[in-house]
This record gives sequence, C-alpha cells and structure tokens, in this order.
Amino acid sequence: MRILARVGRVTNDFFEYAGGVTLLTTESLGFLVRLRIRVAETVSQCALLGVQSLVIVLLTSLFTGMVISLESAQQAVAYGFSSFVGGAVAYGAVRELGPMLTAVVVAGRVGAAIAAEIGSMVVTEQVEALRSMGLEPARFLVVPRLVALLLMLPLLTIFADVVSILGGMWIAREYAHIPYHEFIQSVRQAIDFTDVVKGLLKAFVFGTIIAMVGAYQGLSTRGGAAGVGQSTTFSVVLAIILIFISNFVLSLLLFGGR
Amino acid sequence: MNSNGRSLIARVDGVSLSFGERIVLKNCSLDIVEGAITCVIGLSGAGKSTILRLLDGLLVPGEGHIYVLGRDLCHMSEEQINLMRQKIGLSFQFAALLDSLSVGDNVALPLREHTKLSHAEIRQTVFDALDSVGLAHAYDDLPGELSGGMLKRAGFARAIVTRPALVLYDEPTTGLDPIVSKLITETILKLRSKLNGTAVVISHDLPSIFTMADYIAMLFEGAIIAYDTADRIRNSQNPIVQQFLQGSEAGPIQI
Repeated sequence: MRILARVGRVTNDFFEYAGGVTLLTTESLGFLVRLRIRVAETVSQCALLGVQSLVIVLLTSLFTGMVISLESAQQAVAYGFSSFVGGAVAYGAVRELGPMLTAVVVAGRVGAAIAAEIGSMVVTEQVEALRSMGLEPARFLVVPRLVALLLMLPLLTIFADVVSILGGMWIAREYAHIPYHEFIQSVRQAIDFTDVVKGLLKAFVFGTIIAMVGAYQGLSTRGGAAGVGQSTTFSVVLAIILIFISNFVLSLLLFGGR
Repeated sequence: MNSNGRSLIARVDGVSLSFGERIVLKNCSLDIVEGAITCVIGLSGAGKSTILRLLDGLLVPGEGHIYVLGRDLCHMSEEQINLMRQKIGLSFQFAALLDSLSVGDNVALPLREHTKLSHAEIRQTVFDALDSVGLAHAYDDLPGELSGGMLKRAGFARAIVTRPALVLYDEPTTGLDPIVSKLITETILKLRSKLNGTAVVISHDLPSIFTMADYIAMLFEGAIIAYDTADRIRNSQNPIVQQFLQGSEAGPIQI
C-alpha cells in the first residue's frame, strides 16, 4: 500500500507540475498574442539574458567545433576522406550541437537567474504586491523573459553555429592540412538553408522551455532562502533534461527522413 | 448597512479557510464601516493578515463570502478582481516594494499600468503621494537604501496613490521604535483624512491601535469574538479581550 501511495503521490505531483507549467505558458502566450508586452522590460531582459550570455556561448561553441574537427579531421585524412570534414563539423553544429549546447549553457546561466529572481520576489511578497495592484505576474514577469529568450536564443544559436564551424575550419587546416576552400565546399554540400531553419526552430522550443520552467519554478517557490536555492537548482536540472528529451523528439520529427 | 445603521464598505461574511490541515478561519464575520478605521487585533498566527488578503481577493475562502463595495469577490473572475483591486490599496508588513525599481517608480507603477495619465501628471501624483508620507526626497532612492520606517511609508504611498476607497495596512508599526511607530500612526490618520476613505489595520501595537481605531475587532481561534468601538473594547468584560489587552499570561488564552 505504501508503494502505491508513493506512486500515486509522484503521479499527482507530476501532473500538477505539468499542468501548472502549461497554464502559465498558455497565459503568457495569451498576453504575447494580444501584444500586451512591456517593451522596455523586454529590451532589458534581452540584454541580461541574451547579450550577457554571448561570450560563454561563443567559447563553448568554439571549442566544441574545434574538438569535433580535431577528432574527425585526423581520422578522415588517414582514410582519405578529408573532403568530408567540413560537412561533418557543420552537420553536427547546425543541426544538433549548436542549438542544444547553446540551450544547455543558457539554461545553466539564465534559467537559474530567472528562477532565483522570481523566487526571491515571491518570498519577499513582491509578486503578491503586484497582484494586489491588479497586475498579472505572468505579464509583468514572465512575458518579458519569454520574449527575450525567444528572440535571443535563436540569435545566440546562429553565433554558435558560425563560431563552431570557423573553429573547426581552423583546426582542420592546422592539424590535418585541409585547405579552407575545401572545408567550405564540404560545408556547402552537407547542409542547406532548411537545416539552419530547423536548428533555429529547435532554439525557439528550447527558449520556451528555459523561460517557462525557470518562471514557473520561481513562482512556485515556498519558504525563504532555502526555497529559492531549491527552485534554482531544480529549474536548471529540469530544463536541461527537457532540452535533451525535446531535442531527440525534434530531431526525429525534423530530420527523421534523412 | 450594518445593524447599527452605519454604511459598510466591505464585509467578511461567514468565512472559513484552511491551509491543508490547519484551520485558520472558522465562520468568521467582520463588518468594515465606511469612512472608519477598523483595527483587527489577535494573537500571532491567528489569521489577521489572512483577513486582509481575503479582502483584497488574494485568497479565496473555502466557505462564505467577501463583499467589497457591494460586490462578492468570490463570484468574480480574476480580471474583475484585478479591476476591483484598483479601488483597494494594500500596504504590506515589509512594504514589498519591487527592489529593482526606485521608490518613485514603485509608487508610479499602478498609475502607469492602470491610467492614461501623462508622464508629467504621473510624476506629480507620485510626488504628492510621497510628500503626504514625508518621503518626497526619496523619489529616486532604491528600496534597499531606505530604513524600515521609510520603507513602510513608501509602501503606504504606493497603496494610496490611486486614491482607493479602502486601504488595508498589514502590521504597519511592527518592528519599529516607539517614535517611528507614532509617526506611522499619525501618517495613517493623515492619509485617512486626506483620502476621506476607509482603512483596515492589522496590528499588535495597542497604543497605536487606540490612537487611530474607530472600531476594533478581536480575532481568536478563527472567529471575531469581539467587535465594537475602541472605547467599548478597552472596557470590554470579555476575559479573552482583557487578557490580550493586559498582556497577561493568566487567563483563558493558553499559549
């Protein structure tokens, strides 16, 4: 009986959480569709959540592109397939690693910040104060962060794609003596514009996940500083897990045919 | 109208509310007389702040009704309650100012969101509200730069800036020294005169309560056990009320 009760409780918690995130997302998207957006706050969030994440995204993408190139270039040259190295790097970067790595890095940095900031506002009654003034916390706090991530994560992903390909190109020439023009030719053959668009579509989904999990976790914060800490940690862990799961599902749906 | 023929602005009617297993309010009723200051007293954790949150529609009772300005909050949508909240000002115990905004921007927030006033008009209205609580000089300060008493007064300014019909004060003098506490009490009286409105004050501070209250209600074990004018409550024969007012350990209240 105890096991059944535990399973029941966990199932109940799961659906309560999923329902809560869904309702908050629906409410936020409702404000978005009706263009009830606080523009100044959204611009500020774009700078905080997007621009300030640029350096860390560029660094992780650069070294990831370089390491893929390093591993594949030496093997490719050894087996006489050096003309495929550019394609391999670009294929991985644009379709998978660019969107996903960017999302994971941003989830760690930004998802935590969203949960911590909103969580602190909950425990200091600032969110209740907003409600007491007749202001909707979803419009006031969630929508600017959601819009900022919907705009900035695809942009960051484009930067990540470009930088990882450039890093890979440099390493391919330095360590496998693959000329730039051969690398670029290979990139052009391996990916096309639709691959880039599909990668960016993933970034939109990941941006929504990071914003909504962070915001919901922040708004669900209970207790004092300890509660804020728990919300922050949980939002990062959950967002990263959901990013990996949704990446698989999206890859299956978008690239399943090839 | 209540039984004494006074006009009511709000009424808590037979409300029961529980948080999980814990029963906070049990068939609790309270009249808020228009134009008067009603103070709610009671032990810590008795549910006094809960009554304020019910009056502002932040909590929904399990049973009973909350009437404000003649309308039952329990039968209103969230959008309708948001409109109603523009006629109610709530001042929080720890002010709850948004720490990312300056004091002026905090006070301006309800005006910016709910009115079509120009930037200059909003600035003047906010300045007037801050001036009425003696904080005109703190317009550009951040909440973190203010003392406890100044924070509370900034919270008052935000609560009254839209000139609400009903202002709710949650423990306005708690944690303040006697001099600042007296200043806060005088500010509440001044704001009542200025707004010509109604206030509900939750407090433990008996000198402050007897200075400002027109009516006092005592909450005990989830219900209002005494409600009358301040003078009658002071002379009440109810042993629970007397024990509370005297701060005595001996009596029916068991801690």
